[in-house]
Amino acid sequence: MEGLVSTNLIKGRTAVVGIGQTALGKGIEDSELSLACQAVSAALDDAGIAPAEVDGLASFTMENDREVDLARNVGLGDITFLSQVGYGGGAGCGVTGHAAMAVATGQCEVAVAWRARKRASKGSRPWAQTAGRISNNWMWTRPFGIIRPVDEIAILTRRYMHEYGGTRNHLANVAIAFRKHANRNPVATMGHKTLSREEYMNARWISEPLCLFDNCLETDGALAVVITTAERARNAKHPPAYIHSYAQGLPPQHQPMTNYFTDDPLRGPAWTAAKRLWANSDVGPADVKVAQLYDAFSPLIPLSLEGYGFCGRGEGGPFTDDGNIEWPNGRLPVNTSGGGMSEAYVHGFNLVLEGVRQIRGTSTSQVEGADVSLVTSGEGVPTSAILFTKEA
Amino acid sequence: METGWLLPDLEQEVSAEFWHGCGRGELLVQACAGCGNWRMPPRPMCPACRSTEIRWDVTSGRGRIWSYVVPHPPLLPAYAEIAPYNAIIVELEEDPMIRFAGNLVTSADGAINAIDPATIQIGEPVQVVFTQIEEVSLPRWVRA
Repeated sequence: MEGLVSTNLIKGRTAVVGIGQTALGKGIEDSELSLACQAVSAALDDAGIAPAEVDGLASFTMENDREVDLARNVGLGDITFLSQVGYGGGAGCGVTGHAAMAVATGQCEVAVAWRARKRASKGSRPWAQTAGRISNNWMWTRPFGIIRPVDEIAILTRRYMHEYGGTRNHLANVAIAFRKHANRNPVATMGHKTLSREEYMNARWISEPLCLFDNCLETDGALAVVITTAERARNAKHPPAYIHSYAQGLPPQHQPMTNYFTDDPLRGPAWTAAKRLWANSDVGPADVKVAQLYDAFSPLIPLSLEGYGFCGRGEGGPFTDDGNIEWPNGRLPVNTSGGGMSEAYVHGFNLVLEGVRQIRGTSTSQVEGADVSLVTSGEGVPTSAILFTKEA
Repeated sequence: METGWLLPDLEQEVSAEFWHGCGRGELLVQACAGCGNWRMPPRPMCPACRSTEIRWDVTSGRGRIWSYVVPHPPLLPAYAEIAPYNAIIVELEEDPMIRFAGNLVTSADGAINAIDPATIQIGEPVQVVFTQIEEVSLPRWVRA
């Protein structure tokens, strides 16, 4: 791809061999630390790897549970690699990718990446905890009532609609597709609740032009992945999901969530991550059979479809028409477990596990012949993306 | 008196001059004293030439609405009371890449929920006004 030299230092050298999660829902009583430990423990059992073999850990900077506490509870061994990735929902593929890089470069042999989150926990809703005077860059937006993430993204959405003619019908396509997928997923929070276009159009506003159903869920729960070398993965219990390519993305002059101060605010971090992701890959957007695109808010789907090259600028809205992002017949089934909007919102980390399940062939909305599976993290903040493949 | 509004710290080194300008009724933009490049939000170094020399230019205070949003509850109490209200992003007349967040009001003392959101249009011309809340002078915008 233009401007970047391709490398194959990551390609096919590592794989996700274990996935684990707790119950996902509201009002779960276990502590965040307990949830983190349960998810990691389940992922290790899924991989058939003993805790003492874990020697690498990668986590979100927003994670409340420290590596030391995880290690002492789960009974991990000597840890020789520790890493964290910032920017909340932008970090899911980042921590997975850091773990893969560490394994590929020999800094560790078995790495675990995880995310545990409770809605009621300190720090889970930063906007609601502002006290005193604002001393950082939020001072340029919050005094005017642009307070919540939904307000910040709604401003970009309104501009997107103005520039490209995107409509609420496009956003409804996204919400309805993900709900249909959730209806097939027994662990999805919205597993038993259908969503019609009429219900979408009549829903209450949260931040115009975004309504209730344009927002992700709020979820308690934890999820984890185990990554090891391709050599070890060949003898794993489950089909390995090889990490084919991975990238992070911070574009020039970016300001997280309130990216209104650049020449082209609708060209977000996805474009930057996509450049490196595809440059280091043997495949391109046309080869991707299924995608898990970060969906804290529905408009991030058209933006991500454009950013990762599935369509041109401004074509992300129409791309969602005609069931194009729906399982099983869509051109690109997206968020096949229901995503953040209908399965669970755990900072997008559930998307990573669903990307792996598609390669394993165990999704509840399994795409036939899914040999290339894309997962992306938060658009609107410094982000990350990962390509899983069936073959190394 | 605490109003419950989220207000800026007026004495941060990088941004104090902007808020002092608002207090005088001037909408300022930070400029590089080396190459003249304008930048918003303010910051210590010019990304065009890496100079740390700063000057503050007085702008026309005129611009156009670049985008807007209409928040509804759940919100922090002070904002929930007046929701739905509008918040706008304005691009400056002299340089559309310089943008400011604000609210569309009928006058400096007007409420941010007074204008029917259905009448707000991207591209419409606006003029800055300054609203006093506690010790802070907030830039807001009226239709020009």
